[in-house]
Amino acid sequence: MTDNAQIPHWEHFEHKADIGIRGIAPTLAEAFEQAALAMTSVICDPDLILEHQSVEVSCQADDIEFLFLDWINELIYLMAVKRLLFKRFQVVINGKTLIATASGEPTDPAKHQPAVEIKGATLTELAVRQTEDGLWLAQCVVDV
Amino acid sequence: MDIKQFIQRDESCWEIPAKGAMRVPAIIYADPGLLEAMDQKVYEQITNVATLPGIVEAAYAMPDAHWGYGFPIGGVAAFDADEGGVISAGGVGFDISCGVRTLHTGLTVNDLQNVNKELADELYRSVPAGVGSRGRIHLNHDEMRAMLTGGAQWAVDQGFGEARDLEFTEEHGRVDAAEPSDVSPRARERQKGEMGTLGSGNHYLEVQRVVEIFDQEVAEAYRLKIDAIVISIHCGSRGLGHQIGTEFLKDMALAASQYHITLPDRELACAPLNSPLGKRYLGAMRAGINCALANRQIITHLTRQAMNKIFPGISINLLYDVSHNTCKQERHIVAGSARTVFVHRKGATRAFGPGHADLPTEYQTVGQPVLIGGSMGTSSYILCGTKQAEQRSFSSACHGAGRAMSRRQATKQWQGRTLVDQLAEQGIIIRSPSLRGVAEEAPAAYKDVSAVVDAADKAGLANKVARLEPVICIKG
Repeated sequence: MTDNAQIPHWEHFEHKADIGIRGIAPTLAEAFEQAALAMTSVICDPDLILEHQSVEVSCQADDIEFLFLDWINELIYLMAVKRLLFKRFQVVINGKTLIATASGEPTDPAKHQPAVEIKGATLTELAVRQTEDGLWLAQCVVDV
Repeated sequence: MDIKQFIQRDESCWEIPAKGAMRVPAIIYADPGLLEAMDQKVYEQITNVATLPGIVEAAYAMPDAHWGYGFPIGGVAAFDADEGGVISAGGVGFDISCGVRTLHTGLTVNDLQNVNKELADELYRSVPAGVGSRGRIHLNHDEMRAMLTGGAQWAVDQGFGEARDLEFTEEHGRVDAAEPSDVSPRARERQKGEMGTLGSGNHYLEVQRVVEIFDQEVAEAYRLKIDAIVISIHCGSRGLGHQIGTEFLKDMALAASQYHITLPDRELACAPLNSPLGKRYLGAMRAGINCALANRQIITHLTRQAMNKIFPGISINLLYDVSHNTCKQERHIVAGSARTVFVHRKGATRAFGPGHADLPTEYQTVGQPVLIGGSMGTSSYILCGTKQAEQRSFSSACHGAGRAMSRRQATKQWQGRTLVDQLAEQGIIIRSPSLRGVAEEAPAAYKDVSAVVDAADKAGLANKVARLEPVICIKG
């Protein structure tokens, strides 16, 4: 494995109608952060977003995959009701509880050119697991 | 997928006989080309649907079926509550009651000459579209409750439209037994500022020209003529529906074992229709349907205002409004006797044939208009429901083209600006807040809607009446 593969990163994966978001990182919390960034990238280029505003997020779930689902859905909800786009995430996971800060700025269609709004995180391809090389992976398909 | 997996029942009907945990057969309506091009996931998902408790007759997939969430998109399945039948949030989808409404303008293509750009700008200004756009209607708690109960009827009562609009809307603009109290505060909150908005993705408002008539008699009943200008609106229940879908998908997935339902795939999350959770979803989902009907009614009102600025005194009338993401309580003949069943249509359009009691008088002899949206820059179709579909698919037909490639592939292949210019050369004006959004919705990123419609016609699910081509497209 190259050193680069150890750096937290995100990617999209193919789904015909919609799109998959995936975060890969040395820690579970970082994988959640990267998957959230993958979601922002479905909407627009994260580099176009400034960090002007932060919101606190907390969720709880018995199952780690449902905790991930709740995390992504919480961000979708906050983006919708606060009309925000996020570019930076700081996640702390303690057992069944997630506490996070998401930072970004209000949606500006002219500046951000948002391509599509996200309706919800689905159970399709939902997975949170440690890969053979010890990295954490968190993913699901989002409905757009 | 491999067509050898199926038993071919007739030219368009492909059956997977019940096997393993399947309670009923699975049936796909398609021509061999469409069937071969379908994802193997459609096979898996439609056979999974066939295992659900209380399913009657068969699990069906329409000619535009593709990989969905638990149910395939283009999936139809009916459940009997008295036989332990279930309701599935995934079987309805996140965009509850997403649908298409088509409006007559009384104009012909010649009337648009010299004003088409002005009209495009006026419609774009009048109808909020795209991510981050806000509607101008904000509902307080009591108004939200009234909207969720009253649907398009509520909207008309508030002055957004005319009473005759309701005659040409499914369910007369309002489904009964909606339960606003089953809609969470979060879902209501998400809807604030979203009433009267189009949304994004494949949602649009399109000014279209009738370019081909396939059935003169039905076209006359629908008042469609060559070169006539119509307007089609494709959108749904916005944030409220998305939030209801999100919450119940999770609740149903977590509750499946409590109801002793073995799910072959947890995305098939469902609950018995007679269970507290099933009833709560039904009440909330019906409120979501009313929200979508109200939303399309408000957009109709905004469209009328915009059209009146360009064509003072113009009269805009509904051809029809039909949803394609729903679960509806209907009477159907099952095994020779009439039964009440709950028909899920996920990316499938209801298509009542001639003589159905729910149709407007004007359409009684010809059947229900089935409105099939194309993708940006391509044809849309109007079909009519058939008697045959009552036996074939619980009176259901296809809903659109379905994507041929992912959004990511599309943005790699096309630039938004170039597409807008190319379409302009073809006489199609695009207005959109996002060029990346335009690229993702590139016409060639979708399957050929004509092949889907031909297959639905051949299968007897709905018959072709007219083909429309876009003139102006307002893209979310």
